[in-house]
Amino acid sequence: MSIENNRLTAEQYQQNFSDIHPPFDNREAALVEANRCLFCYDAPCTKSCPTEINIPKFIKQITTDNVKGSAHTIFISNIMGAGCSRVCPVEKLCEGACVYNLLEEPPIPIARLQRYATEQAMEKKWKLFERKPSTGKKVAIVGAGPAGLSCAHVLSREGVDVTIYEKESKGGGLMTYGIAAYKVTPRFCEDEVSYITSIGGIEIKYNHELGKNISLADLQKSYDAVYLGFGVGLARQLDIPGEELPGVVDAISFIYDIRSKGYPQVPVGDRVAVIGMGMTAIDAATQAKRLGAKEVTLVYRRTQSEMPCTEAELDIAKLDGCRIIWLAAPQGIKGTDGKVTQLICRVMKLGEPDASGRCSPVETGETFTLDVDMIIKAAGQIPFEHLVSNSQLQNANGKITIAPNGATNIKGVFAGGDCVNGGKEVVDAVQAGKVGAAAIIDYLLK
Amino acid sequence: MADISANFLGIKSPNPFWLASAPPTDKKINVLRAFEAGWGGVVWKTLGSQVKNVSSRYSAVNYNNTRVMGLNNIELISDRPLEINLREIKECIKLFPDRAMIVSLMADNTREKWHELIAQVEDTGAHGLELNFGCPHGMTERGMGAVVGQDPEIARLVVEWVMEKATIPVITKLTPNVHSVVPTGRASVEAGSNALSLINTIQSVTGIDLDTFVPNPYVAGKSVFGGYCGPAVKPIALKMLATISQDPLTSKVPISGIGGVSTWKDAAEFMLLGATTVQVCTAVMKHGFRIVEDMCEGLNNWMDEKGFKTINDFIGKSVPHLTQWEELDINYHIVANIDQNKCIHCGLCYIACEDASHQSINLDYGKPYNTYTIKEDECVGCNLCKLICPVDNCITMVEHRKGPDYVNWKEYQERGLPLNDH
Repeated sequence: MSIENNRLTAEQYQQNFSDIHPPFDNREAALVEANRCLFCYDAPCTKSCPTEINIPKFIKQITTDNVKGSAHTIFISNIMGAGCSRVCPVEKLCEGACVYNLLEEPPIPIARLQRYATEQAMEKKWKLFERKPSTGKKVAIVGAGPAGLSCAHVLSREGVDVTIYEKESKGGGLMTYGIAAYKVTPRFCEDEVSYITSIGGIEIKYNHELGKNISLADLQKSYDAVYLGFGVGLARQLDIPGEELPGVVDAISFIYDIRSKGYPQVPVGDRVAVIGMGMTAIDAATQAKRLGAKEVTLVYRRTQSEMPCTEAELDIAKLDGCRIIWLAAPQGIKGTDGKVTQLICRVMKLGEPDASGRCSPVETGETFTLDVDMIIKAAGQIPFEHLVSNSQLQNANGKITIAPNGATNIKGVFAGGDCVNGGKEVVDAVQAGKVGAAAIIDYLLK
Repeated sequence: MADISANFLGIKSPNPFWLASAPPTDKKINVLRAFEAGWGGVVWKTLGSQVKNVSSRYSAVNYNNTRVMGLNNIELISDRPLEINLREIKECIKLFPDRAMIVSLMADNTREKWHELIAQVEDTGAHGLELNFGCPHGMTERGMGAVVGQDPEIARLVVEWVMEKATIPVITKLTPNVHSVVPTGRASVEAGSNALSLINTIQSVTGIDLDTFVPNPYVAGKSVFGGYCGPAVKPIALKMLATISQDPLTSKVPISGIGGVSTWKDAAEFMLLGATTVQVCTAVMKHGFRIVEDMCEGLNNWMDEKGFKTINDFIGKSVPHLTQWEELDINYHIVANIDQNKCIHCGLCYIACEDASHQSINLDYGKPYNTYTIKEDECVGCNLCKLICPVDNCITMVEHRKGPDYVNWKEYQERGLPLNDH
């Protein structure tokens, strides 16, 4: 047992990381599905989209061969509509609300149709938005992730000049660095950022990190307003013995490496345990398997009813051959010669519902041991608490506190996305960016 | 098992399904395949003087994802030599003596030409003749086809010529490109035509290419009006058929119904409005001869369910149900009802009623599903919501009579009953 990279051939990597939800092969295939759409009024799909894309309208526009109009309908509500069409958990959002579900019929493949329209827009570089005349106002945005880019695009449309400060060398945030490569490729993420910024008036300064080479006070001095969309990032620690052993990694950095270094460079064990059952845990487990791990086991302290990931995500893991152990909480990690060899787990049972309504796991007193050579921790991410507190931002355990319009306790400073909500979907961050931009426009121009 | 055979002026066929005069009936190879598939009869594609077709000749209307809701053609009468057609007709009759063989004719407009053509066709042993007074394109410029059918007096003259010579039953095929098909129908019957068939195709432009700006079908940068047919024309055909069935004179002769018949249900509808046989073309051009299997089986099963022993038991049965608007009962009132257990909350009924009808549906906001209910006092019972609802039997129309008596519009006025006040 060992942790190795370069386990597969180039063809195997290619196959394992190919698009999991391939696009429509051609116009006719898209039209078959688009024409099934009933064109609901006050549509449940739209109401279930955090960005409220007018879904019946964009699908109707596909059927009339007005794909340009369709892409505009999507982007006017969600400038990351292309990326969201690949990463959104649609089964619990738009597609989950599709009225066809109530007829026991397959829902309209909204995401795939959204991809059909937006992909053409990006490939053909359609210029769908024009900037209003310059207002002479300047806004700084921290973080070129979904919240920051969404905010920037709205501001730019309204004639505001935007500078985004991004700590990484690429934009897109977790879309670029934190999502399974079989959903969105790093190349796609770069293209998406370029497409968004092609409207003009948005400059991204890469390798600029708040708290290191820029400060909130400086930004406030140089700009008319500031928007904070720097996300979350620190992996939650397990606080169990052996956690420091080589071979124990966190899912965020594991996925980051896959996306930034290339598949063959990322080492993976023969027998991998992944701790957690959120979307990130699934992304880590499936990609470990796809990098060549022989055996991957997901360990979760509650049951399927309480898991944070969707059924569709769980299915991906199962289809990839990942094993799942429910009601198991890590107790300790053992190793020999400085290498991980075992994960010891407590056997749990469900107790009373907690504040969130989910049943809390309770120890049974029993334990079991898994032989492993690699452990990936995906037990959630925690906010940048020091950064937030040092910037005098009012917060709750590091999550920035905002008014409904995105305003923080500091005048002229707004915030949204994961740094506020602690980590939700890309589409939630896009919506937060729109809300923040609207508040900034109000603040600057009224 | 019901008996679905037809007897049309003594022309017998094992079922009432004939192929209309068109490309599927223009040569032996097709017609034999049609008979093998089970078609009861054919109307052989129109014979006349030699013509030459252009290459590009069809165009279609698609609706949502359904291809060929309507088909348009600019094809002429048969462009094959007359001698070959006559020989093949004879051979087909010999091979399938139990099927109806009608031959469509469009002679040049002289008595002699008609007499000559009729004699040649009767020599084949054909069972009947169909006069093509309906072709709306190409032949009209030569004084034939619809030009004849659009003028009752010209039609009367030509039918008279035909009846002087013909010894087998004559069917006159009517063009729909007129204000009413009845005048030409009456003129034809008065002149001796033994039967009528309708409708021929409807003049149309199916669409325009938005890149080249040339209408369809494209023929070297130009186009012409064509003849429209297929499911799209069925309601128009049914209405025209009904007017022939209602007329005291034209209703006395048998009718062969044509116009968008694709299934046994369509056929039953044409027959309920008075057709003894139906003729099919577009559905076969789209799917091939095999569709006749279900047409026979479906009609048979339906007749069994309804207790009809022969097709004569229901031909024309729906005609008396058509009346004048003035005769309708104003006290008959229906109100929509939405079955909440079946509703899928699509909101289509709501927006249709709100924007296009009587604002009679109530919306209770929900996330993501709204609840829709009928404002019974506001509903006029127009049926729109029921027609639009995508779920079968979710919206039903429930009878709430305004009064127990039958009251038509005339009586309503006489009695001074209240009119709408909003």
